[in-house]
Amino acid sequence: MNDALDVALRLAVIFVVFLVAPLLVGQTEHKVMAHMQGRLGPMYAGGFHGWAQLVADGVKFAQKEDVVPAAADRRVFQLAPAVALLPYLLVLVVIPVGPGDGAVGQVIDAGIFFVLAVMGIGVLGSLMAGWASANKFSLLGGLRTAAQLLSYELPMLLTAASVAMAAGTVSLTGILDAFEWWWLPWQIVGALVFFVAGLAELQRPPFDMPVADSEIIFGAYTEYTGLRFALFLLAEYAGIVILCALTTVLFLGGWHGPFGADGLGWLWTLLKTALLAFVVIWLRVSYPRLREDQLQKLAWTTLVPLALAQIALTGIVKVAIN
Amino acid sequence: MTLHTAPPVFIAAAGDHPGFLSPSGVEIAFLLVGLATLGAAVITVTTKQLVHAALWLVVALGGLAVEYLLLTAEFIAWVQVLIYVGSIVVLLLFGLMLTRAPIGRSPDADSGNRWVALGVAAATAAALVWVVADAFRTTWIELDGPAQGSTEVTGAFLFRNWVLPFEALSVLLLAALVGAIVLSRRRDTDTTVRPGTNGTAKEEQS
Repeated sequence: MNDALDVALRLAVIFVVFLVAPLLVGQTEHKVMAHMQGRLGPMYAGGFHGWAQLVADGVKFAQKEDVVPAAADRRVFQLAPAVALLPYLLVLVVIPVGPGDGAVGQVIDAGIFFVLAVMGIGVLGSLMAGWASANKFSLLGGLRTAAQLLSYELPMLLTAASVAMAAGTVSLTGILDAFEWWWLPWQIVGALVFFVAGLAELQRPPFDMPVADSEIIFGAYTEYTGLRFALFLLAEYAGIVILCALTTVLFLGGWHGPFGADGLGWLWTLLKTALLAFVVIWLRVSYPRLREDQLQKLAWTTLVPLALAQIALTGIVKVAIN
Repeated sequence: MTLHTAPPVFIAAAGDHPGFLSPSGVEIAFLLVGLATLGAAVITVTTKQLVHAALWLVVALGGLAVEYLLLTAEFIAWVQVLIYVGSIVVLLLFGLMLTRAPIGRSPDADSGNRWVALGVAAATAAALVWVVADAFRTTWIELDGPAQGSTEVTGAFLFRNWVLPFEALSVLLLAALVGAIVLSRRRDTDTTVRPGTNGTAKEEQS
């Protein structure tokens, strides 16, 4: 009975984090973007600096009519948002926040593989949405999503493999246990490649070609309204949280910090994750969108060679210190 | 995530009651997931809607991953999801969208070779089952020790006992990759050298 309670409590906490963290990132994006562009952003909803703006947006989405285009493939169209969103919820279960078994939903032996495998499924949601909408813009968006995923999955996997080599394990908690501060300069190239490839997989600017509004309206999500559209948005922001948390865990040492490692480890994880989320927003404001050929060129001629070089470096250092 | 805690129970139960009459919960789950996987696979090859076939393939491959999990082969299960669901199916869908992916039925998508294909599939399955059964007939798995499918065990096994076949496979894949690049590039230069000829136009369509 106690075990069941423990599992239920963990799942409840993860579910709450899954619902709240993306909203926090979204609200931060509203405010940070606004201030970077010399605006104020939402100021009225909820009173204090418009903190309840996204709650109000959520209520608005829930009230809208649920429209399915007449020519669409109904079932695939309706299933797509769930396929896009659920993988991120699953990934959140295995991300360790602090030291020890108490600060992670479930320890999985092959953590890196689980995380990358399940994150890859989320893209199927965009593909299903793009195809099932019976809209040429949607189909183009789906095509671009697939092309982008195919080229950016490889550098992401390679850099994750580099960390696994360094730590000698593929378990996320194992990697954190083995972490030393000098891994930071050692794996910095891998970290950059992982983060950039992750941004591309999430279709965040400057890699938002699949949802480029000036060309194809909103890509695969053009035909969506109401709650289903909100679910896609939630998936994007949950993706930001997951990507930042993963980069923190794999490359930035997670709960390791200069001080307070015993009791305040979880605070370091949250701090690093929040900092990376800020960088994600910052990049959106400061960089123009990459063209399709530039996207592919960046992946194949820059990121993949860099990732391979990082793996070689990891191997050499690993052999040297042994 | 209950699937992970289940296998040890299975190991213990199988040690106590080696019989078909008292199946454990995991064995029943294995059977049910297997049936669902088989059903999804049959729909994949019989449905008239192209993209639906690809999506049912996702269900079938995911079901296989669950079967691996139930057999305590955790690492293989995640690799299955990563490679097949995450990459191969995305590639398939990409190809479908690039060429022809109508919504609704496409009655002309059927091939006249379906019986030949069935024969080839049956022969392949028979050969595989026979080879695997023959190779591992005398191999026994120690159920009392730690789980045999963990990442560590799989890795040690792969790079100690099977490293030569592994490397041979890598070379084979590399050769296929280089071959694909060479083929695509030669076609490219052909079209630039002789842009108007009939032969290249046909080649491009194929």
